Amino acid sequence: MEIIATRPESLTKTPFTYCPGCLHGVAHRLVAEAIEEFGLTNQMTGVAPVGCSVFAYKFFNFDMAQAAHGRAPAVATGMKRARPDMHVFTYQGDGDLAAIGTAEIVHAANRGEHISVFFVNNAIYGMTGGQMAPTTLPNMKTTTSPYGRNTDDIGFPIRVSELLATLIAPYYIERVSLLSPADIIKAKKAVKKAIQYNKEGRGFTFVELISTCPTNWGLDPLKSRDWAKENMLPFFKVGCLRDKGEGVE
Amino acid sequence: MAKILMKGNEAVAEASIRSGCRLYFAYPITPQSELIEYMAKMMPKVGGVFLQAESEVAAINMVYGAAGCGKRTMTSSSSPGVSLKMEGISYIAGAELPCVIINVQRGGPGLGDIQPAQGDYFQATKGGGHGDYRLIVLAPSSVQEFADMASEAFDLADKYRTPVMILADGMLGQMMEPVEFKPAKTQEEIDELGKQHNSWCICPNEDGDKKHHHEINSLEIDPNVLEKHVNDLYAKYAVIEANELRYESYNVNDDNEILCVAWGTASRVVKSAINELKAEGKNIGLIRPINVWPYPYAAVKAAIGKKVKKVYVFELNTGQMLDDVKIAVEGKVPVDFWGKVGGIVFTPAEIKAKLEACFTKEK
Repeated sequence: MEIIATRPESLTKTPFTYCPGCLHGVAHRLVAEAIEEFGLTNQMTGVAPVGCSVFAYKFFNFDMAQAAHGRAPAVATGMKRARPDMHVFTYQGDGDLAAIGTAEIVHAANRGEHISVFFVNNAIYGMTGGQMAPTTLPNMKTTTSPYGRNTDDIGFPIRVSELLATLIAPYYIERVSLLSPADIIKAKKAVKKAIQYNKEGRGFTFVELISTCPTNWGLDPLKSRDWAKENMLPFFKVGCLRDKGEGVE
Repeated sequence: MAKILMKGNEAVAEASIRSGCRLYFAYPITPQSELIEYMAKMMPKVGGVFLQAESEVAAINMVYGAAGCGKRTMTSSSSPGVSLKMEGISYIAGAELPCVIINVQRGGPGLGDIQPAQGDYFQATKGGGHGDYRLIVLAPSSVQEFADMASEAFDLADKYRTPVMILADGMLGQMMEPVEFKPAKTQEEIDELGKQHNSWCICPNEDGDKKHHHEINSLEIDPNVLEKHVNDLYAKYAVIEANELRYESYNVNDDNEILCVAWGTASRVVKSAINELKAEGKNIGLIRPINVWPYPYAAVKAAIGKKVKKVYVFELNTGQMLDDVKIAVEGKVPVDFWGKVGGIVFTPAEIKAKLEACFTKEK
């Protein structure tokens, strides 16, 4: 019998703690596989956020730090500056990165910090029970926007990839989707590119992964993906916004 | 090495570099600006990292990351900025990371002013950040001591894997005094210092060990595990309390009629007043806590001689260390307090008048 797929060595054997149908497991696997494919497992370190992926430090099988809410890019900066011989990434959700951690991500990107950021956007705070996120869509109901997100009152969702693409320093910025097997294959390419550029010391690399939250959206996993395709992808368009390696400025 | 005349902010920066600090992250704030500026100028010359962070919060979290890699790292600020760092300090204490934080205190609360004050004593010694943790807090009273405390702070941080704060003030930061530096650590010595943490810190998995998985973390979701973690922290703090008490006894003797307790800049003014009154035949002692956490309770109590009628606490705040002195004195004699706030430093004449009044009342 031929083994064609197995658990990457860059993931520990600790079982994921995510809800059924959650796509964090897929995102973790993409990151872990890319790290392994580039032979970086023993030189890699990552930073876990606060949010659903708060336990990511248990799941990646190399040295990991857990950061205060939103501070992962600052922590990663300290790590990369202290150990330039290591490769550093952060893994963050939309509440962590686009609300409480806005300053840290913008300035890490603006410094062209030599780290990779994997930003999982599912338009909601999952861990705390489904509150409105900075990426929650207009009129979308959450526990803190029970009548739907009122854009007159609280503004519009933040398109973080586009925001960061206004900066000069970032080397690579791409938004991908995890909503179908075909999308996941494309997402893998983007994650690999970020890790490749990280390995080559090119600069700041950022991949936004559009995801779902079946539990807090109140939809089953497949319906969640359909809902996200219909509602999130028109607002958060997938595509490459910056790739200095390919001449995309 | 000959003594040179230097501002406290610059002297502590130079001493930190000499102590092997090669990673400094900070945000500008008065009255510690000479410190960040000195680091900006000197760190590149020694191959170190100077990074002006986007915020105080980012700076302390960069320290968290660098300390998590086992390297000597520090940040500095002044009171309002240190408040912003408190989140990160709690995480650093929880994750048991070695680092140094310098607070060049100014007047508060809020934006306060930019003059010297001691209003952050509670914040530094009683918490400040959330949760059960302690900071080792060193309180200098001269530029020389401020500089010497840099290497002491890094050594303590490494020894106990805990954040150490140097609690100075705008006076010590801004004034110039002669200072003599210890020899600078060599690159080999700095590399060795870094290796002492390789069993737990973030570092490459050089031999490809499949079990190599170090976590820099303060999260323990299981209450029983967190309880053990906090108990372990406090067992460590008990060792620090036993080993790291430091204080200065000044003119303490059996014939003291008054015992003063003062720290930092305030203690210098009190010493001047004590000297002047000594010439007038009045015998007054001073205990100056050098480490304000752990606090030298036993030393304060032991210094209360049989003739001491009053313990007098002088601070540049509304009476913060006063609480610790009362704990130490255990009601044996009355404890009085006088202080100045608003960033105003009391004069020897003012302290002298307060002490003289103690003698007058008796007669």
